[in-house]
Amino acid sequence: MDLKDKLVSSFIAFENNVDVEHSVHDVRIEAMKNFEVKGFPSKKEEAWKYTSLNSIQKIDFSIFPKQENTLEYKDVKKYFIHDIDTYKIVFVDGVYSSHLSETTHDGVDICLMSSALTKPMYKQVVDVYFNKVASKDESLTTLNTAFSREGAYIYIPKGKMPKKPVEIVHFATGTEASLMLQPRNLIVVEENAELQVIERHQSLTSNEVLTNCVTEIFAAKSANVDYYKIQNDSATASLIDNTYIDQKSKSFVNVHTFSFGGKLTRNNLNFFQNGEYMDSTMKGITILGEKQHVDHHTLVHHIEPNCESHQDYKGIYGDSSTGVFNGKIIVDKLAQKTNAFQQNNNILISDKASINTKPQLEIFADDVKCSHGCTIGQLDEDAMFYLQSRGIPEKEARALLMYAFANNVLESVRIPELKARINKLIAKKLGVNLGFDL
Amino acid sequence: MLKINDLHASVEDKEILKGINLSVNAGEVHAIMGPNGSGKSTLASVIAGKEEFEVTKGSVVLNGEDLEDDSPEDRAHKGVFLSFQYPVEIPGVSVTNFMKTAINESRKARGQEDMPAKEMLKLIRDKSEMLEIDRKFLSRSLNQGFSGGEKKRNEIFQMAMLEPKLAILDETDSGLDIDALRIVANGVNKLKSKDNAVILITHYQRLLEYIVPDFVHVLHNGKIVKSGGKELALELEAKGYDWIKNEAVV
Repeated sequence: MDLKDKLVSSFIAFENNVDVEHSVHDVRIEAMKNFEVKGFPSKKEEAWKYTSLNSIQKIDFSIFPKQENTLEYKDVKKYFIHDIDTYKIVFVDGVYSSHLSETTHDGVDICLMSSALTKPMYKQVVDVYFNKVASKDESLTTLNTAFSREGAYIYIPKGKMPKKPVEIVHFATGTEASLMLQPRNLIVVEENAELQVIERHQSLTSNEVLTNCVTEIFAAKSANVDYYKIQNDSATASLIDNTYIDQKSKSFVNVHTFSFGGKLTRNNLNFFQNGEYMDSTMKGITILGEKQHVDHHTLVHHIEPNCESHQDYKGIYGDSSTGVFNGKIIVDKLAQKTNAFQQNNNILISDKASINTKPQLEIFADDVKCSHGCTIGQLDEDAMFYLQSRGIPEKEARALLMYAFANNVLESVRIPELKARINKLIAKKLGVNLGFDL
Repeated sequence: MLKINDLHASVEDKEILKGINLSVNAGEVHAIMGPNGSGKSTLASVIAGKEEFEVTKGSVVLNGEDLEDDSPEDRAHKGVFLSFQYPVEIPGVSVTNFMKTAINESRKARGQEDMPAKEMLKLIRDKSEMLEIDRKFLSRSLNQGFSGGEKKRNEIFQMAMLEPKLAILDETDSGLDIDALRIVANGVNKLKSKDNAVILITHYQRLLEYIVPDFVHVLHNGKIVKSGGKELALELEAKGYDWIKNEAVV
């Protein structure tokens, strides 16, 4: 049985374990119908030209883990930003781990999707927001919607700000030979409210893991959201991340994606600007080696006037790794005075590495500023000579320049301890000790 | 200290240095002057080991050792320093961190331990004061957004930190106003000793009023066509380079 058939037939078993009377279930059924028709995307589709899901579909994934596993904090501490205090929503093999988590209902709700989708007190928010910005026809998103049951639920009421950042961490422990996870997150940040989230998917074994994640973020008027994705997974872990963001006037949403590992990673990052005077920022650092593959697909839809979007993705590709950057910007006819910037710079450090980069601009307004630039290059030889002439050996000089190349993406990281962690990860990925604390 | 013998060097099959002979002893200051395109910067880069240039004939010998197979970092570890005409901007790496890395890598290459942090800080403080460099400047990204003068002053600061045996200053005076020139020249003069040597590469005589050379060489078309004492620089200033060019043809 191929993966699609297995998923379709699993849906019946899934229905035995959820409240089919809840209005959310109508949404699931509708989504399942869509997935049945469409199935997994193939390379024939333009959006999947450079990323193949064929080999993944041949793996016999468990859709529901049969055994529960527990983890001790000391064993997984290193995957958290443990030098600061955070709220934590932690899942082990798709199941919520209460002893690793720290949720709250103190003025804000930082808790579980399973509660939000079942308890009456959340129904009003769920009815207004659930599956409202996520795509209703993109097949992997609809697949996730059909199986949506667990994930993070965050609701920040008007004018509130949680006391500390929130970490959403998914561990896979390898109790199954191969496991498919479909977390579903809903994040609502009301007017003038603020939120910082750090998200990580981490496999702890060499067993295959496929995660198909959907996150919906709603940033109301003047809301401020920082979202950080750390992707540094094992060589047998694949991630398809679908993030949908609905922004209202004067809001700021920044998404940083740090892609340092994993077998196959696909990031579908979609911004919809429903209002004026707002700012959407997407930044990414990708450092890959071996046969790793990352595909960044971004979309910014400028719907109303006087808004900005900034995209800055840096990639360093070694060994036989492959990368894709596809940045789509749509500026509607109404969206005059739009400022849209897009930048994708890449360095290939191996002859076998490759990157496909493509800006895709669809502009229907006439008074806009849109700029885009893609570069693929090697390290600057003059800069190498400069560093070497100061006594810094070639390998360290190379690392220093790659670090400098990626560094400006880090300037906008607003959690210093996270910035320090990412700096260390970069140094580790580049395989050098730079001789100073980054 | 430095002996250059019949040095020929090319870039992309175009010969730029066509037989340079130069001998520099410890304690000496040599000025190399010459018109644009004469090969001054190429000579500096070849001594520092830039791979873009291919040495086709001759040798560069430092303290009895032929540098032919040495990488730029090997040469730096042996005491060669080049102050760049156009220092490269490195975002995200502060001047301080860059210097720490450079010093400790050199120490590592010489089989020494890392410099203790306290000693490093004192060294940074002393040398930055000598060059009248603001402390805030040291935490800025290396050369990024620096003015021309700041870049040059930062080069001399690096020289002061690394204490080279042979310092080559490539057009260090260009882009400097008179105050900055005085500070930079004072710095170089303080660093001079009987154990090290300085090669000043310059287009103009101006710098030589502040750093007085023992010898002046005129480079033209890849060769040293005239050598003399410090008065040669004044003669060049008064007459321009044309008489040298003409003389060279004869």
